[in-house]
Amino acid sequence: MKDMTARRPIPRAINWNRLQDDKDLEVWNRLTVNFWLPEKVPLSNDVQSWATLRPEERELTIRVFTGLTLLDTIQNSVGAPAMLADAQTPHEEAVLTNIAFMEAVHARSYSSIFSTLCLTREVDEAFRWSEEDPHLQAKARLILDEYGADADPLKRKIASVFLESFLFYSGFYLPMYWSSRAKLTNTADLIRLIIRDEAIHGYYIGYKFQRAAERLPQAERDALKDFAFALMFDLYEIESHYTEELYDGIGLAEDVKAFLHYNANKALQNLGFEALFPPAACEVNPAILAALSPDSENHDFFSGSGSSYVIGKAVATEDEDWDF
Amino acid sequence: MGGIVYFSSRSGNTARFVTALGLPAARIPLGTDTKMPRPDMPFALICPTYADGEGRGAVPKQVIRFLNDPDRRALLRGVIAAGNRNFGTTFALAGDVIARKCGVPVLYRFELAGTETDIARVRAGLEKLWRAECLTM
Repeated sequence: MKDMTARRPIPRAINWNRLQDDKDLEVWNRLTVNFWLPEKVPLSNDVQSWATLRPEERELTIRVFTGLTLLDTIQNSVGAPAMLADAQTPHEEAVLTNIAFMEAVHARSYSSIFSTLCLTREVDEAFRWSEEDPHLQAKARLILDEYGADADPLKRKIASVFLESFLFYSGFYLPMYWSSRAKLTNTADLIRLIIRDEAIHGYYIGYKFQRAAERLPQAERDALKDFAFALMFDLYEIESHYTEELYDGIGLAEDVKAFLHYNANKALQNLGFEALFPPAACEVNPAILAALSPDSENHDFFSGSGSSYVIGKAVATEDEDWDF
Repeated sequence: MGGIVYFSSRSGNTARFVTALGLPAARIPLGTDTKMPRPDMPFALICPTYADGEGRGAVPKQVIRFLNDPDRRALLRGVIAAGNRNFGTTFALAGDVIARKCGVPVLYRFELAGTETDIARVRAGLEKLWRAECLTM
């Protein structure tokens, strides 16, 4: 007789017209509308710009992108699939498979950048570097430990939000920096598409963490919060070493760290927690913020930054929703 | 003196911002079963952004429903928009859409649940706004 307990139960067919959580459909729609592939971005327009970078700047850029590729690979093949078993709704599972696939698209995009701009030898060297760099390997290790089969589902979500909303940013800084100096601007356009996706991933996983945590007794919630801040401290320690190793050579390490603090606070907010780093530590170079959200200049009434009365620019609205 | 009306989805970022402000505020409900706030004095609207990559759907439906009423709209003095700079050109876009539709200024923009600096600026800004409002009344 067959062992019935070992057999996987047949899942129920997913019905998107019966939702347990509206957020699942909202995020599914957002992710699918935002779908893209690297072929959409004319990376070859950056060939001339790439040639203006000094050899050490090219090496730095390739290394930064292999580091990002590793994180996307982990999230694609381990992180998002590991969270499938913890899903509270069938729709959450579907969203997670979308997240997993887009991480594969992100990882694939860096190879498109490489094949367009770089020499095979340089790229092979950087991939070897990524396998040996102690700081890159250390952050991957810390995250993978929380993705293990015996790990707590909510700690897994915390680690996942930190990967999506914090760990990428030591890398994302560089293409934003080049873009602010009118270099590699098409590459920056592609990275902005990745940044947009990661923001939704971090938001959604953080939201699911909050929904699950609110059902726990206060003592367990406190323990999770302690775990989150401790993990953030550990990751930050590694990230500052990684940042110094990569960026000291071009004198940008401190500028990158301000960006790390700012993003660490945002990652904690995605989990519903308060900020860790004080405002003075989070003063990101305005050129980097402008590269992150171009054309959305921060002119508003309260900041009194020039235009005293800002009426919004023409934008797409669904006019049928507005009666007036 | 003026008031605050805000919307926050279940992720709670805007609600946390409003709590940190510590000023009286009325919440636009998530569902249709609860009654909309009926402001009886001038107010600022605090609203998060849900735009897709093209900027569509920036303003939550509940907020549109709230604004689809001339009496409420007549008391709206400005909009404070939340968002995430990671969304690039559509950062805090709900503020621009509402400002254009309702002919009011974008008062301020902040990310997620805001920072200490954002809280201080919005508190000071609202105080100034309501003082100016008293002088013109």
